[in-house]
Amino acid sequence: MAPVATPFFFYLLAGIMILGGILVITRKNPVHSAVALIVTLLAQASIYLMLYAPFVAGVQIILYAGGIMVLFLFVIMLVSIDRSMKERQFNSQWVVGIIAATALGGLFIAVYTKGKDIFPDRALPMVENDNTQKIATMLYGQYMFAFEIASLLLLVAIIGAVVMAKKRI
Amino acid sequence: MGQIVQYIESYLSSNQTPGAAGNMFWSLVYIMLVFAGLSVAVIAMNWLERKILAHMQVRLGPMRVGPHGLLQPIADAIKLLLKEDIMPAEADGLIFWIAPFVVVLAAFTVFVVVPFGPTHAITDMNIGILFMLGVSSLSVLGIVMAGWASNSHYPLMGALRSSAQMVSYEVAMGLAVVSAVLMTSLNAEGTGTLSMIGIVQAQQAQGEWFIFKFFPLGLIAFFIFAVAMVAETNRAPFDLAEAESELTAGFHTEYSGFRWSLFFLAEYSAMIAVSSIAVTLWLGGWLRPFPNLLNGSPWDQIFSYFPGVTFLLFAAMCFYNTVRMPKHPLFRIQTIGLAGFGVVLGLIGLILFVPAVSMRVQDIFWFSAKVAGFMYLYIWYRGTFPRYRFDQLMQMGWKVLLPMGLGVLILTASVALLQQKIWHP
Repeated sequence: MAPVATPFFFYLLAGIMILGGILVITRKNPVHSAVALIVTLLAQASIYLMLYAPFVAGVQIILYAGGIMVLFLFVIMLVSIDRSMKERQFNSQWVVGIIAATALGGLFIAVYTKGKDIFPDRALPMVENDNTQKIATMLYGQYMFAFEIASLLLLVAIIGAVVMAKKRI
Repeated sequence: MGQIVQYIESYLSSNQTPGAAGNMFWSLVYIMLVFAGLSVAVIAMNWLERKILAHMQVRLGPMRVGPHGLLQPIADAIKLLLKEDIMPAEADGLIFWIAPFVVVLAAFTVFVVVPFGPTHAITDMNIGILFMLGVSSLSVLGIVMAGWASNSHYPLMGALRSSAQMVSYEVAMGLAVVSAVLMTSLNAEGTGTLSMIGIVQAQQAQGEWFIFKFFPLGLIAFFIFAVAMVAETNRAPFDLAEAESELTAGFHTEYSGFRWSLFFLAEYSAMIAVSSIAVTLWLGGWLRPFPNLLNGSPWDQIFSYFPGVTFLLFAAMCFYNTVRMPKHPLFRIQTIGLAGFGVVLGLIGLILFVPAVSMRVQDIFWFSAKVAGFMYLYIWYRGTFPRYRFDQLMQMGWKVLLPMGLGVLILTASVALLQQKIWHP
């Protein structure tokens, strides 16, 4: 079977992602920004699929696009759009933003030009057919401790949110 | 010409899904077939829902257009297409325009992985069930977008309710699904699967549908899913997002004509999608009833007659009603039409008796029959249960179904571990 991960799809998806990302920060209407962010996240999920990581792609869709973005929209819908449309956008931190963007861009350019020397030239084995099973055995075998610590962290965050939201428990 | 026939024949005897074979042409054919089948199912469901609800309330339901209102859905579709398409002046144009498409896309894309049979799926994915849950959860985005973009009070309320409800019930639904996925790992290798075809094959290998596995644990997980899936599809008794008596029509109040019909199409195909998840996970997918109790060739033979017999029964119903049609000349065309419909159904039934055909399509028949059972349940719920209040809905989701789901998951894992370590080491 011919691989579907052709450069054409990569450039298409990367283009969609970049366009979506630009729209997220330039739209004045927060709902439009959120919709652009959803497009970006879906394109990112497709790029995970191209990297033969279907499980990560599925989790990306179910958690980010289906879960978190719904909550985003839920909150944004309750904001008065008319006022935020008239307000000036937050761009008082442009100095820091430019420094961060230059650093990241420089890193990308460095990797792009000198990448051959830094990273070993080796193709990853394609594990598409038992990708999920591999992740499961690793997550619950080798990296059990880290996984449990992460879930404990999430539990603390949930309890913190409940304590902050409720006056009397 | 001969080559084409040979090509088609060679494909029909294939034992792979078109996606797995990497065959673009057959994938397209399957996509067309699934899309056409779904549209017909939605039309049939529309008619059946009105008829069954009417009979539950001792009414006749649609009777005017065609014999027993059989052509009513088509008349409705024509009316919707001809209706003026209104967009409120204050609405957010772009989002208002996109929202129905998002809902329809989410509802139809999930059918890529639905296994109508071991070879009758468009494709099989390693993450099948995750893909279905993920993509169907995108439909709530469309609902929220529709409600907000309408820029009116009732749709916004409907969208808020809908998103809160769907996010809450997704948690319980996910836990129930995980406990079923856990059961697929009870084999020699000890690894489970998320692939839809793999889940059914696991039930076949273990000789037990997961609804009966570790009785009553499988049954409880199935019950949690069955409640959550009604809430996920915004159907009665959880239809607070479009509660007619409170919110006119909820999130799609401002929609009309073709756009509204897209929401309608998406709602029904989402119902079919979640029902097929339930059928795949707990009711053995395409497997026929009693695969191990009544096995052997005579029983296989008897069960392979079922699809044909069902269609012949439908045909007999048509003929019975043809005889009972009023004898007035005005009803002559309707009578002839009903008889013709009966003849078509009977011919389909006769074709299904051909052994080669029935062997090939009986898995599709059993899958569709199980899904049809769920469709009837949906109508039955709507006819009998009063609507929940919103706080009752939230209480049910977070305080009843979620702890139940967690408990079932832990118990299933413990029993499975006990079974592997102690009872059958």
